[in-house]
Amino acid sequence: MTAAAPLEIRGLTKVYGDIVAVDDVDLTVAEGNVYGYLGPNGAGKTTSLRMMLGLIRPTAGSVQLFGRDPQLGVRALEGVAGFVEEPRFYPYLSGRRNLELLAAFDGGGAAARIDEVLSVVELSDRAADKVRGYSHGMRQRLGIAAALVRGPRLLLLDEPTTGLDPAGMRDMRALIRRLAGGGMTVVLSSHLLGEVEELCDRVAIIRTGSVVYEGTIAELKRTATGAYRLRTTDDDRALEVCRAQPGIVDPRRSAGAIHFNADEAAVAALSAALVEAAAAPVELTPQAASLETLFFRLTEGQDGAAAPEPVEVA
Amino acid sequence: MNPGILTVYRWELHKLRFQKRTYLGLGAAAIVPILFAIAVSVRNGHPNEVAFGRYIHQTGLAIPLVILLFGAVWMFPLITALVAGDIVASEDHNGTLKTILTRSLERGQIFGGKVLAAVTYAVVAILLNGAVAVAAGSLVSGFKPLTTLSGTKVSAPSALGLIGASLLVYLLPILALACIGLLLSTITRNSAAAVVGTLMFSLMMQLIGVLPGLGGTRPYLLSSQFDAWEGLLRQPVDWAPIGHAAWVCPLYALPALAAGYLVFLRRDVAGG
Repeated sequence: MTAAAPLEIRGLTKVYGDIVAVDDVDLTVAEGNVYGYLGPNGAGKTTSLRMMLGLIRPTAGSVQLFGRDPQLGVRALEGVAGFVEEPRFYPYLSGRRNLELLAAFDGGGAAARIDEVLSVVELSDRAADKVRGYSHGMRQRLGIAAALVRGPRLLLLDEPTTGLDPAGMRDMRALIRRLAGGGMTVVLSSHLLGEVEELCDRVAIIRTGSVVYEGTIAELKRTATGAYRLRTTDDDRALEVCRAQPGIVDPRRSAGAIHFNADEAAVAALSAALVEAAAAPVELTPQAASLETLFFRLTEGQDGAAAPEPVEVA
Repeated sequence: MNPGILTVYRWELHKLRFQKRTYLGLGAAAIVPILFAIAVSVRNGHPNEVAFGRYIHQTGLAIPLVILLFGAVWMFPLITALVAGDIVASEDHNGTLKTILTRSLERGQIFGGKVLAAVTYAVVAILLNGAVAVAAGSLVSGFKPLTTLSGTKVSAPSALGLIGASLLVYLLPILALACIGLLLSTITRNSAAAVVGTLMFSLMMQLIGVLPGLGGTRPYLLSSQFDAWEGLLRQPVDWAPIGHAAWVCPLYALPALAAGYLVFLRRDVAGG
């Protein structure tokens, strides 16, 4: 028998009145993955995470954490920790007291980990202060500490870098990378493509409650078509080459250069073809990060008929 | 050790120690008898219209009993509601429900620990009030024999025992109110609404009792159970009102508790 996946979601749906917050989401997170749950604000990421943690009931579908349904009781959260939205604590207790309370609620050896996790999140010297006086970044870090106290094998984090200053974001990402490097499975929601690209090896892109892409970042990149700008030693000939080249979309001249859309593979083939045609490129630059273009196309399509086609990646 | 209800209970008590309302409630429970005793010592009059009112200069042991009678109107309901109405709603206010519900304790255990803590606080408040009233009363009017409602005298030590027993009987309706506070705290998710709601419930009960034509409901109103302890101060002891309170109070407490429990178990934790 193979061990159950850390997280397996099937047909997960949450309806509030007329609003479908999460719409038939399927995904599987394998052991050791750092999994990005990416989408703009309001796409349903937090609602999904709340269902993963058993805080709200799905309207339909199921969540399995290591094969156990969190709706059936907290036993399913064994080995699972995390937070949704900003982590919240008792403001009138110190950071350490809050962790002691949560460790007591965890049982097992959680209490013995408090000192260690405080130092992991670099809060040791502020642990005796009341949480009331903590900055947003400190609360975020205490949130990570509170999750780590459980000694989780699966960590669910909801936009952990939101609201942090650049240094705080860098430190938070470094911390997540460190935890993932230690073998922990991490599911990370984010509205920042760069963050997911930097940290995650797999991603689900969610738009108005539905998954519009699920797969590895590398494959997403390969299929991403972006806008490029091209100048060559012979632009007339180059434009002809572009028009003849498969995968080069809408080549046109403007502002002293050739512009077109293509994915990375087509761009590579094009540059070889240009050299062969004696129109050597002197400039070939992506106009927008191709992944970003794809992300916006996936998440900002119009409603109804104009919705983007799901990108299928094997 | 595996965490359970007692883990929650212990930490709820710990949290109460860091909250102002705890001291507001306990402070009121302790200060009112002191103020009352001071008033007794400086004024000659006495509240004739309440039982034991005319004995407050004869023995300090009448003072805790007078306070029980006055306190039933709104003071003890308010003191009880201060914590019972807040203990679930404060988690909503702090956004901490999601924090504690994603650990290793079932929702039922969390709710159970909170019920125990709210009950403990109410018991401490009532007993503290009684103890301070006995001490302050004895200081100003002496630790002397008490005249019972039957007109007989009981020795001071016996009266002390009867006061202790009266406080315990008084806890029956107090704990029922605590359960109603817990229900409102769970449903409203708002501390102020739950505290005021509990107090309003208590006042409504008293109002129904005095409305013309509704006198027949009186024995079954929660407010009437606040007088049950008076049976102890008769000779021989009249157990009927106490036995009555012992089944009427659970009629209020248990459905409220069950409803609160079910709501807490099933609710979506979408805020915070």
